[in-house]
Amino acid sequence: MDLRLTSGEPAAAERAAVDGLLGPPDSAWVGGQRGSDGHAATGGHDARDRRHLLLPALHEVQSAIGWISPEAMGYICLRLTIPPAEAYGVASFYALFALEPRPPVVAHVCTDIACMFNGGRELTSELERTLGPSGTAAKDGPMWLESPCLGLCEHAPVALVTRSGKDAGDHPLAPASVGAITSALAGQEPVEPVIAVPQAQDGGEGLRLLRRVGHVDPASLDSYRSLGGYAALRRALELGPTGVIREMTESKLLGRGGAAFPTGRKWEAVARNPVRPHFLVCNADESEPGTFKDRVVIENDPFALVEAMTIAGLATGCEQAYVYLRGEYPLAWRRLTHAVEEARRRGLLGDDVMGAGVRFDIELRKGAGAYICGEETALFNSIEGFRGEPRNKPPFPVDVGLFARPTVVNNVESLINVLDIVLEGGAAFARVGTEQSTGTRLLCLSGSVERPGLYEVPFGVTLGSVLEMAGGVADGAALKAVLLGGAAGGFVGPGSLDLELSFEATRAAGATLGSGVVMVFDEHADLVPVLLRIAAFFRDESCGQCVPCRVGTVRQQEALLRLAAQRPRGGVEQELALIGEIAQAMRDASICGLGQTAANAIESAIRELHVFEPAQGAA
Amino acid sequence: MFGAGGGTSSYQEVRETDLIFLWGSNARETHPIFFHHVLKAVNNGARLYVVDPRRTGSAQWADGWFGIDVGTDIALSNAMAREIIHAGLHNREFIERATDGFEAYAASVEEWTLERGARETGVPAESIREAAHAYARADRAMICWTLGITEHHNAVDNVFSLINLALLTGHVGRYGSGLNPLRGQNNVQGGGDMGAIPKHLPGFQDLEANHDARARFEHAWGVTIQPTSGWHLTQMFEAMERGELRTLYVVGENPAQSEADAKHTLKLLEGLDHMVVQDIFLTRTAELADVVLPASASWCESEGTVTNSERRVQRVRKALDPPGQARDDITIVCELAARLGQRWHYGSSEDVWDELRSLSPMHAGMSYDRLEQLGGIQWPCADEHDPGAQFLHARLWDEPVSGPRAPFNVVLHEPPVDELSDEFPIRLTTGRRLDSYNTGVQSGGYSSPLRRRESLDLSPEDCSALGVAEGERVQISSRRGSVTAPVRVDATLRPGLAFMTLHFPDQVETNVLTIDATDPMSGTAEFKASAIRVDKLPAAAAVTA
Repeated sequence: MDLRLTSGEPAAAERAAVDGLLGPPDSAWVGGQRGSDGHAATGGHDARDRRHLLLPALHEVQSAIGWISPEAMGYICLRLTIPPAEAYGVASFYALFALEPRPPVVAHVCTDIACMFNGGRELTSELERTLGPSGTAAKDGPMWLESPCLGLCEHAPVALVTRSGKDAGDHPLAPASVGAITSALAGQEPVEPVIAVPQAQDGGEGLRLLRRVGHVDPASLDSYRSLGGYAALRRALELGPTGVIREMTESKLLGRGGAAFPTGRKWEAVARNPVRPHFLVCNADESEPGTFKDRVVIENDPFALVEAMTIAGLATGCEQAYVYLRGEYPLAWRRLTHAVEEARRRGLLGDDVMGAGVRFDIELRKGAGAYICGEETALFNSIEGFRGEPRNKPPFPVDVGLFARPTVVNNVESLINVLDIVLEGGAAFARVGTEQSTGTRLLCLSGSVERPGLYEVPFGVTLGSVLEMAGGVADGAALKAVLLGGAAGGFVGPGSLDLELSFEATRAAGATLGSGVVMVFDEHADLVPVLLRIAAFFRDESCGQCVPCRVGTVRQQEALLRLAAQRPRGGVEQELALIGEIAQAMRDASICGLGQTAANAIESAIRELHVFEPAQGAA
Repeated sequence: MFGAGGGTSSYQEVRETDLIFLWGSNARETHPIFFHHVLKAVNNGARLYVVDPRRTGSAQWADGWFGIDVGTDIALSNAMAREIIHAGLHNREFIERATDGFEAYAASVEEWTLERGARETGVPAESIREAAHAYARADRAMICWTLGITEHHNAVDNVFSLINLALLTGHVGRYGSGLNPLRGQNNVQGGGDMGAIPKHLPGFQDLEANHDARARFEHAWGVTIQPTSGWHLTQMFEAMERGELRTLYVVGENPAQSEADAKHTLKLLEGLDHMVVQDIFLTRTAELADVVLPASASWCESEGTVTNSERRVQRVRKALDPPGQARDDITIVCELAARLGQRWHYGSSEDVWDELRSLSPMHAGMSYDRLEQLGGIQWPCADEHDPGAQFLHARLWDEPVSGPRAPFNVVLHEPPVDELSDEFPIRLTTGRRLDSYNTGVQSGGYSSPLRRRESLDLSPEDCSALGVAEGERVQISSRRGSVTAPVRVDATLRPGLAFMTLHFPDQVETNVLTIDATDPMSGTAEFKASAIRVDKLPAAAAVTA
């Protein structure tokens, strides 16, 4: 491509960061130093086919330099033949990339709804007092930034410390305090968060997906094997692809990513698709506020995901898989990377998996701070090196997915269910849970609850019993509301404690389990700032591609701000009617789930909890 | 080629081929519409290879770029041919069935080892090998070329060398495989088709060899047609030099600025007894004329047809009356004939066209109605049931081959005439930019955000060796003359290679530098290869432009 590069030469360190990923340029014409040989060059398809390395290349520069200069970006463009305007569009899409100089160490402090009432607000105001406002820093001084949910809600309040340069590396601070943040900014390595799976500490009875958590050494393949690991893959190889798909179908497993689509049908559609190659994508871009289940699983039992993906690849004819992991999950990244390398080293990934003549491998891709990339087609675009904007459906991923090929895309939780389904058979699996919601569900309990953490329950238990498992509302306070399913889910009130947690029962009640969020608010919580935060979140995270969402999320936030300031335009009734209209427009006309659900939580709070009715509004 | 003066393939085939060679063409800038077809092919997965001394915009789209030294095209093609033969990748069956002269050709390229090719062209041996194998192995492949091939003293040999590669591999006469010279204007092809070539009657009928055709024209026109070819442009200038050509009728050309060795050209034009210029602009040439006939803009002020690079004849319709005293070309020619005592009666452009159809078999089936209905027709089109020819030379694949076999032509590499020396050490090549057109007659009147003034484009290395900076005015000299121009540092050039356009003759008369060494058959001058020297000017004269 003939590029119009306006930036100058990259610095040596920037060049080195990019070359470390892409290899050195093979001639002066594609970014090398000008020398004697000016008579030939390659590029074309080979260069453009590496477009998917744009996001990794931006990560390399961000990590090595701390920000992405126009010169570094120009060099990446030259190496991958990407028009600079497009590359800028991609880089500026993601919150974790800095396009202005930034200090090498930055603390990203969660200001989202789970941390809000658990010390988050006190933490940020203290940081403002000591370090100054978010996003400001003296030259090379420490800097902190407000961040959306970091997926560490069980440890609230939390932060993520990113460090670039020589000792590059990101670390979670969970729980976070002003002291911990200050010493991390000064260079001290934070301690790793403890595992918060209360059932495991209580003996682990009834745990299926989480049974190894806390017992298995996440860095050791042998430890995984000694706890039953890789028995499922052996069984899957015996069953063969059609056998595995049969068990999957009989299990009646519904996808855990939010859409609740039958996993077996998805697999079968890809397996039968004559177009090759097929791709498997594990969606680990867990960004729904209040959700941390996939992170806990990957951090503590990474081989389970590797094994489950291998079975999925075998069943659906995929030889190449990608895990798209949230950029804010450095520990999960390190552990899963290690697990994949170990599995490859031991012949469990690669050209001859388990000596069975099957080819399968996994590549990890890191997100960079964009909620929308959890939407499956936005995720494909992100991997391919484009802005993470969702695609129109149809065509569906099983026909035209990653790199326009038939693609299986599954959530982490959906995938790890595969191990039990293969081992005990689909029919046995289907006996757990309810008729329509088979198996168990991972629930992320956070907020004002006595024992926050990750829980696993069979489908069909009641909301009240789950709260009981978690020790009830913290400090013995009364329950005000529960947010089910995350920011894209909805609120239920204390009257819903008998709600059965299953796909069918929640749907009938007009609620959703979504990504498994159970966020508890006690009687002292003011929900108005929670709703404002949710509205701000969707406004920030809307990709801006389609109008209903781009405009609707802004108008929604504005109406809520007016209501919160008790300056409604034309009266509370009119404002609520306007919010309802905006919600309907977004639901009807947005092309993806973000816009379609951006009003759910807010509408449910208005409908179920009467947040803006005079008596409540004054509270 | 093989008796037909047009590209063999359709644009649709370009989009659906597997491999495209752009040889001596920067279509990205100079044939931007055609390049859209190329990009569609590329997006469909076709491999693109570009042969060009400069790392052009086209080259930057390519899977492989072969930056040959100027004028070494035959060295490259012969080395490719030898590699194809030695690797056993030539199409023996096609060669035996449909071609002549393979043995002599194979023997002639035998000395062109990859190493010798690399030495001569500058392109690494491994790259030549890759080019050869990619072209020979492709299921469908086409070679497209423009002035980088033809603006050389051995232009016709250059074209033969490309034809040889196509014959060697059987990449001609099949859907998606072909040989395509890209035409620089919407109707360059049509001009040639209509007989504006001194050795052809309309319809590519050989004036000297095709006695039947000549007799048909004589019968239709009621005159005797001289049985020998006329002069092509270069020969006309030679005739002016000898004093044999004293009167010139110039239609839509600006030779005062477009010919090589401009000073010499101007002297010859000024020495004529009489010159008539028919043009829509008052060009530099028109300024020298005794009579100027204001013409109409053919695309909007007159009726007729044009023929594009895929041989498609298309209707042109009149939308406006020409301004002032300007007249339609047909009217002017007929009026001129009347003044010369001839009575030509044409009621409309369709009458002219129907006369052509009655005399040119390849246009016979193209009535105005059919051209309208079918959105144009690709020649040849024998009768009113013939849909036209999407691609040419399918006969070569008939069993047995119908018509004459296609001949290989042995071609020898000859370096450019204007040799590099210590005195003139830099190779200047000329060309065009996206936003301008030839001598700027048609494009200079419009502004463009891309428009830059004329400059001498030099590699960063040459600039620092000469101690000159961006924008600094320098003196540029060849064996024929000197001009001054500001320098532009151009990282797409390698050391020793310089580039200028001919778009701004009023700023810099680039053609003062170029050589009028011409190809004996085509009459095209070697605009692509001059030897120059660049000198710093005294500080006062070199003020940054």
